[in-house]
Amino acid sequence: MRKEMCTVVQNKEIAHSVYELTLSGQMAGEMDEPGQFVHIRVSDNLDPLLRRPISIAAINKDKQEYTIIFRKQGRGTSLLAEKRPGEKVDVLGPLGNGFPTGEARSGDTALLVGGGIGVPPLYELAKQLVDRGIKVISVLGFQTASAVFYEEEFSRMGETYIATADGTYGRKGFVTSILDEADIQADILYSCGPTPMLRALEAGMFAPKSFLSLEERMSCGIGACFACVCPTKNGHEGDYRKVCSDGPVFRAGEVAI
Amino acid sequence: MSLLHIDLPGLSLKNPVMPASGCFGFGKEFSQLFDLSVLGAIMVKATTPEPRFGNPTPRVAETPGGMLNAIGLQNPGLEKVMAEELPRLENYDVPIIANVAGSTEEDYVHVAQEISKAPNVHALELNISCPNVKTGGIAFGTDPEMARRLTRKVKEVSQVPVYVKLSPNVTNIVSIAKAVQEGGADGLTMINTLLGMRLDLQTAKPILANVTGGLSGAAVKPVALRMIYEVSQQVDLPIIGMGGIQSAQDVIEFFYAGASAVAVGTQNFIDPFVCPAIIEELPELVAELGYSHISECTGRSWKRNEKLAYHRA
Repeated sequence: MRKEMCTVVQNKEIAHSVYELTLSGQMAGEMDEPGQFVHIRVSDNLDPLLRRPISIAAINKDKQEYTIIFRKQGRGTSLLAEKRPGEKVDVLGPLGNGFPTGEARSGDTALLVGGGIGVPPLYELAKQLVDRGIKVISVLGFQTASAVFYEEEFSRMGETYIATADGTYGRKGFVTSILDEADIQADILYSCGPTPMLRALEAGMFAPKSFLSLEERMSCGIGACFACVCPTKNGHEGDYRKVCSDGPVFRAGEVAI
Repeated sequence: MSLLHIDLPGLSLKNPVMPASGCFGFGKEFSQLFDLSVLGAIMVKATTPEPRFGNPTPRVAETPGGMLNAIGLQNPGLEKVMAEELPRLENYDVPIIANVAGSTEEDYVHVAQEISKAPNVHALELNISCPNVKTGGIAFGTDPEMARRLTRKVKEVSQVPVYVKLSPNVTNIVSIAKAVQEGGADGLTMINTLLGMRLDLQTAKPILANVTGGLSGAAVKPVALRMIYEVSQQVDLPIIGMGGIQSAQDVIEFFYAGASAVAVGTQNFIDPFVCPAIIEELPELVAELGYSHISECTGRSWKRNEKLAYHRA
């Protein structure tokens, strides 16, 4: 973990209000696990005050670069969408514990399920799994056709299914609509997306092992402020995990979502 | 002696800058980023007799220049703090100020009695100002009589000097400050957060699960300065000032208002290196402003060049 002024290499809109921002910095060398995140100070001003946690979508250690993908939504992400190549951005990272790729063995089939802006960290995960000889099947859900991104990138890694909530692209419905229909046999499931989706995946038991990446409002991002805690499901009253520093990825069933 | 060294009751501070309680945990996370020994002191997270989970999430919400929090005094409880958290901090050359909280008078007295025995706890900070718990907390800090009584009870059992953390959520902060002085407090820390709320545009409901939360960050700085200005002229106790400090310049402003040391809170979340950065910048700024020691800045907004007795050994 380090705090570094990273340089914007590229920033482009890849779907409606969805931006792909590539940054260069030494911290790329410390990014070992897919699913970790960076904590970005989008402005030197007091508004917004806090950093923005954004998951890492791709890592290029050779070039000391990494890519994040975010949706321009509020004030913070709007400022981030305006960053131009050459600009410096104050980044704290890499933070958190990502997807345990070691839980999948060579020859296994991994099912990657992403919803909306939860899709990006699965891309680096897919790359690393494929490199290790693991078969990857991706099921990605979006709101509408104009919000779909990275279909081609995921397709290069393996079989890829797309769902849109309004049916304007791919299968109409949610990722679970696809999972309920397609007969996908997987040894392990990795997912990131909205909480209702994660709950459905946890309940659906689509693979013997599942790992879910959670989202929660954060302030420090390093485990000091106790803003992003969630209770565990181990029956010990008061037991908790911090999404930022114990997660954001947890084994399904570890924490209450 | 360094131009930043400050002596306060129970505390020999190599510099007057410390992280504020609740904004630094028990130091573990920050110890991975820098050597905690550079800090003047550490105000660790509030400790209650039993472990507390705190409030449901969302626990934080942002506002321009500030943030609202409603953590709810989550902590591992006295036993674990004594057995694990405080001993780990003995690896650093830094005095600890233990923040003491509870639901009842007995809770406060019990925690104060035990935690003040820890070898690296050099002072207590009595938290009678947390706005985010249902019982205790702010209830003790908004009634002068309760504040005086609790301070006295804690003073009776504490092995180390007791600083009382004041709430800004009162009509007359000077009356509370005077009450805790009568109760035997050795110092004051101020201010805790200001009670506030935010609402969600779509749902129309409060963003924080606790409905209300404590406002901190740059937005509260003028309130903190005004209160320290008022209290420092009326009460004969050293003040550790806090509320939106982000820079060495802010530190000097707090001294001018009447503080003898400062704590940095919310800014630790934005820049985890802010405390060491301020400590590094301070000597130059103090010299640049024409002072030979930072203590010369204390209360300068309302008095001329007098030096406070408790500043220099």
